[in-house]
Amino acid sequence: MFQGIRISGFGGQGIISSGVLLAYAGMLDGKHVSFFPSYGAEMRGGTANCSVVISSDDVTTPVVSQPDTVIVMNEPSLAKFEPFLKPGGLMIINESLVKSRPQRKDIKVVLVACNKIADELKAPKIANMVALGAFCKQTGALSIEAVAKAMPKVFKRAKPEILELNIQALKRGAGLN
Amino acid sequence: MGEKLLMKGNDAMAEGAVRAGCRFFAGYPITPQNEVPEYMSWRLPQAGGAFIQAESEVAAINMLYGSAATGIRCMTSSSSPGISLKQEGISYAAGADLPIFFANVVRGGPGLGNIAGAQGDYFQSVRGGGHGDYRTFVMAPDSVEEMGNFPLHCYAVAEKYRIPAMILTDGVLGQMMEPLEFKFPEVDPKKLSEPDWALGECRGRKNRLVGSYDLYEGRLEVMTLNRAKRYAEIEAKEVMFEAQQCDDAQIVLVAYGISARACGAALKMARAEGLKVGLFRPITLWPFPKKQLRELADRVQGFLVVEMSLGQMVDDVRLATEFRAPVHLHARPSGVTPTGEEILKKIKDTLKAGKGECVCCK
Repeated sequence: MFQGIRISGFGGQGIISSGVLLAYAGMLDGKHVSFFPSYGAEMRGGTANCSVVISSDDVTTPVVSQPDTVIVMNEPSLAKFEPFLKPGGLMIINESLVKSRPQRKDIKVVLVACNKIADELKAPKIANMVALGAFCKQTGALSIEAVAKAMPKVFKRAKPEILELNIQALKRGAGLN
Repeated sequence: MGEKLLMKGNDAMAEGAVRAGCRFFAGYPITPQNEVPEYMSWRLPQAGGAFIQAESEVAAINMLYGSAATGIRCMTSSSSPGISLKQEGISYAAGADLPIFFANVVRGGPGLGNIAGAQGDYFQSVRGGGHGDYRTFVMAPDSVEEMGNFPLHCYAVAEKYRIPAMILTDGVLGQMMEPLEFKFPEVDPKKLSEPDWALGECRGRKNRLVGSYDLYEGRLEVMTLNRAKRYAEIEAKEVMFEAQQCDDAQIVLVAYGISARACGAALKMARAEGLKVGLFRPITLWPFPKKQLRELADRVQGFLVVEMSLGQMVDDVRLATEFRAPVHLHARPSGVTPTGEEILKKIKDTLKAGKGECVCCK
């Protein structure tokens, strides 16, 4: 099992924390993992992206050059990462914010209204968790339970009710409720 | 010990140093190593040590000179331009036989460069860096786990041979997160014996002198030659390397640090296609694993050195192998991490090339 993932969006959308959460969940699940942030001079509103590898084997390079999955959280990220996605790869698109669609026909596209669902949960900041829920469902690389278990380890200062809200968002992303 | 943690490379290195007994850190901010001083700023006071954000890199390295002279385990870290500023102090520590420990989290250069991971500071690290005849013990980790576990070894070698020791790493290893285990019991610095040269309270013993100069005719040469004997011993005893699938390899990749990880990806792909490729990773860059590469040179069709610089370690590979096999180069300078795919392509070019033909510049 091998999943090379790129998550990309605006600074402030929780791109980096989503990546750390995936890596942590993979580790708790007994997988080999790595996380690498693109740490340019980004700030809130700038662009941010990260590489995550979840693998049953040793992780070689942490920089994912040909991702199996790309999670596109904002408009500019689509054009940036579409060319690099592996043939047959998965593109999860936050359709609440991304209006264009990929040109490639050799990839699988899943549209998720991340911001809309997060707004319905009255927590606009957790659109990233909706996307992770969709990732879990589509790839089977990680279970929702594994990601939920990693949450208190990564979001150490979060109150229980906030963690619960994040889990709700994961489930909504996975289409579970 | 034993617990699996998910940490950034820089944090792991800082924690590893504290667990190895480091109780003093002086540094100055620069990306991509900022997590090291940030971590030390809260962790050291917690461990009963001291953290100082110095007014400059020059001040930080001289604080290290002073603290190392008292015999305690100390550390500084920086990234390329900051390490250049520290070279004068490193040379002084080498001349005074002080076992200072420091890390260079390399970024793209020269000059101010950029903040991406790079390997352009190899020459500076293994050829002295500062002025004068001296060596530095240089370790190049290729994982977060090694980042966390190498500080202890650096202290051990630095103190045994009284030589500055450094970790040469880069922005990718510093910023990435991976699971790691600290594979050693935490060192209690109070239980370490005081070196017989360390400065401190002189009461009841002969006075001691730490310094890097001697103006009497001929004496400095004796000092330097004595130090050279220790260098020779380090070269004989302290070489570390990792060889993967080199036994039947026609082409052996040679890379250190994060480049070696990219080569690992290429190695997997090449072997899956039935190509006879191996990977040789120097873990100590000085002392360099000359003997091991020399032995490989008679068995292989060629070497392919992969570096995130214009090609620096490639010189050491050529010297070590005495030109007995062609040594090719894949160079990505100034902050670009090569991909497994591009290295695989280079491997294929190298395999196609005749004996002696170089593919470096094609």
